Amino acid sequence: MDSLFLVILAIPLLGSMLMGLIGHRELAPEVNTGLSLGTMIAVVILSMEVLSTGPSFAFGESFHVDSLNGLLITLTAFVGLTTSLFSRSYMRVERDIGRMTSVRMRIYHSMYQLFMFTMLLALLTNNIGILWVAMEIATLAAVLLVSIYRTAAALEAAWKYFILCGVGISLALFGTILIYLAAERQLGGSTSAFLWTNLNAVKMQLEPAIMSIAFVFLLVGYGTKMGLVPLHSWLADAHAEGPTPVSAVLSGLLLNVALYTVLRFKVLADGSMQNGLPGKMLVGFGLITVLVATFSLSRQKDVKRMFSYSSIEHIGLMTFAFGLGGPIATYAGLLHMTVHSLVKSAIFFTVGHACQKAGTQIIADIRGLVKVSPTVGWGLVVGSLAILGMPPFGVFASEFLIITTSMQELPWATPILLLGLGVAFATIFSFVQSMAFGETTAKPLAHPPALLPVFIHLGLALMLGLYIPPYLNEWFGQAVKIITG
Amino acid sequence: MPNFALQLLNLLAAIMLLITFAMLSQRRPLSLNRLFTLHGVVLVLSSLLVAYVTGNSHLYYSAGLTLAIKVVLIPWIIHKVIIRLKAESDVDTLINVPTTMLIGIVLVIIAFNLAMPIAQLSTSITSGILGIALACILLSFMMILIRSKAMPQVIGFLTMENGLFFAATAATSGMPMIVELGVALSVVGGTLILGVFMFHIREQYDDLDIDHLENRKED
Repeated sequence: MDSLFLVILAIPLLGSMLMGLIGHRELAPEVNTGLSLGTMIAVVILSMEVLSTGPSFAFGESFHVDSLNGLLITLTAFVGLTTSLFSRSYMRVERDIGRMTSVRMRIYHSMYQLFMFTMLLALLTNNIGILWVAMEIATLAAVLLVSIYRTAAALEAAWKYFILCGVGISLALFGTILIYLAAERQLGGSTSAFLWTNLNAVKMQLEPAIMSIAFVFLLVGYGTKMGLVPLHSWLADAHAEGPTPVSAVLSGLLLNVALYTVLRFKVLADGSMQNGLPGKMLVGFGLITVLVATFSLSRQKDVKRMFSYSSIEHIGLMTFAFGLGGPIATYAGLLHMTVHSLVKSAIFFTVGHACQKAGTQIIADIRGLVKVSPTVGWGLVVGSLAILGMPPFGVFASEFLIITTSMQELPWATPILLLGLGVAFATIFSFVQSMAFGETTAKPLAHPPALLPVFIHLGLALMLGLYIPPYLNEWFGQAVKIITG
Repeated sequence: MPNFALQLLNLLAAIMLLITFAMLSQRRPLSLNRLFTLHGVVLVLSSLLVAYVTGNSHLYYSAGLTLAIKVVLIPWIIHKVIIRLKAESDVDTLINVPTTMLIGIVLVIIAFNLAMPIAQLSTSITSGILGIALACILLSFMMILIRSKAMPQVIGFLTMENGLFFAATAATSGMPMIVELGVALSVVGGTLILGVFMFHIREQYDDLDIDHLENRKED
């Protein structure tokens, strides 16, 4: 087992160093894909083992994998792989038009692998201190990726991202210290008081007064990285100004990892406090986030900004679902995490190609995608319908579950959610319609767009809406048990 | 913890709070950097004191690490950046010192209130120390919010990290070494990246005012 963990973490880490040296070569994008493929294979083997033999540890108790993080590492490695496929043609076009130099290509590829490494580390580690460090390094890697074009807008986005997330994550460190303080009496003052599995075993005895303050700090801290309102203002800038593959992994993966972190701490806080307060806080933050995000959609002029507000909305929805608690809502939350990752990254892939064709990210200047490149155009239309919750895609299934549970548990919240979803539908659909149809003079791109990832993602989202295979259902079920305790 | 050591730790905590207030009102980048260095020195002294009293040997390493990074390396990098960017005279004129101080005092009261229930449960410390650590964090938070120049924001961010380390040493006699190493590593990485950013911002705008960046937005 140890060696498998080592392989999963070593490939992206060593890959990041390798790409720092050769990231500008002609074949670097292929090597990048190869590294992601290697990680993916190792992750799949690990997940298969977890599914058949149950949770396991590695390197003493430093690393831990169970159904919950097994699900997320698989998703992370998968989207990492497909995004690297997409980035092959995307980054070649960017280099041809002079936005990427060889130094920037080296930074881009190196940071891409480092970013994957930190996310996998955050998911796999059992130590809540290392988890914090991994999230911090993920921020640093993402800051370098966002600022890669060195334009004024990119610098603003990166600076804002760094300062806001730096502050947020400092608050999370304070929360982590408080948990350590609470656990010290039960577990003794060494690394063992930092291990999540140990904390989970003694969660009933952790002091509720400390845990409630700690959870507030952790929720606000990691919530900043999730883009929860009112700490969301970095997210749209960071998504809009970085290269599109980066937007795809930020939206599809980093938000999930931050949410996963909050869930792990929610399990501890729930066990200690026994009054459901953590869930109520998640419900409150989730609802506000959905509302603010959907009402910000119509003001956006930049297509990537618009879809990043849609990501904020969906993160709010997931937070709300996990806040409701209970097996069905938690199941829906996990399903929503999965399908949102798949669909949103697929949308960013098509948006990336569309922006390169039109030479702009301004919605009003993108026209006639279906005419100039039918696959990109239809990919965007289908992807948008999927993210808006149209049946038969998986988002419909998860949103349906969330809303029906909310009707039973929190009837007053249901109209608010429906309002948010309705506004989002009207806004995004009208924007997408104007981009996809109509006349255009844009020319085809020099490198053929990579559309395989788009259709794989949308195909999977479609499958999850129609039919969830029994083993996946079992997998989700086990993960739900971990979260609901 | 012996009474005398506790008194000494309280004294160091008070000095730290005083320095944080001084930083809040300091307008000149170089003086701000000097205050930040002093902040680090107090942090090192308190780590050494806790290490000596508890006999926790890894706290000595932690103190050494803080000395190397927060007192020597980072202030040196910041000094270099200020000189290279000729930002010595980049005075922050917008801050209103009396108002800032008053808000700061309110923050300290909030911090003490918040720390009270935690400290009552902790065997090793008084509520004052944890309250001050939390106050330092909140004051640096405020410093990041009210300053418009890039340099004070970075120093505010680093001061916040100092406050966190102080909380960790005072409340729990230090986190495990591997975590401290990781935190130190990411702080150095962050400072380097922000240092590079400042050069890029300067290239774009001829000065380090973050307000330029804000004004650029159209919506």
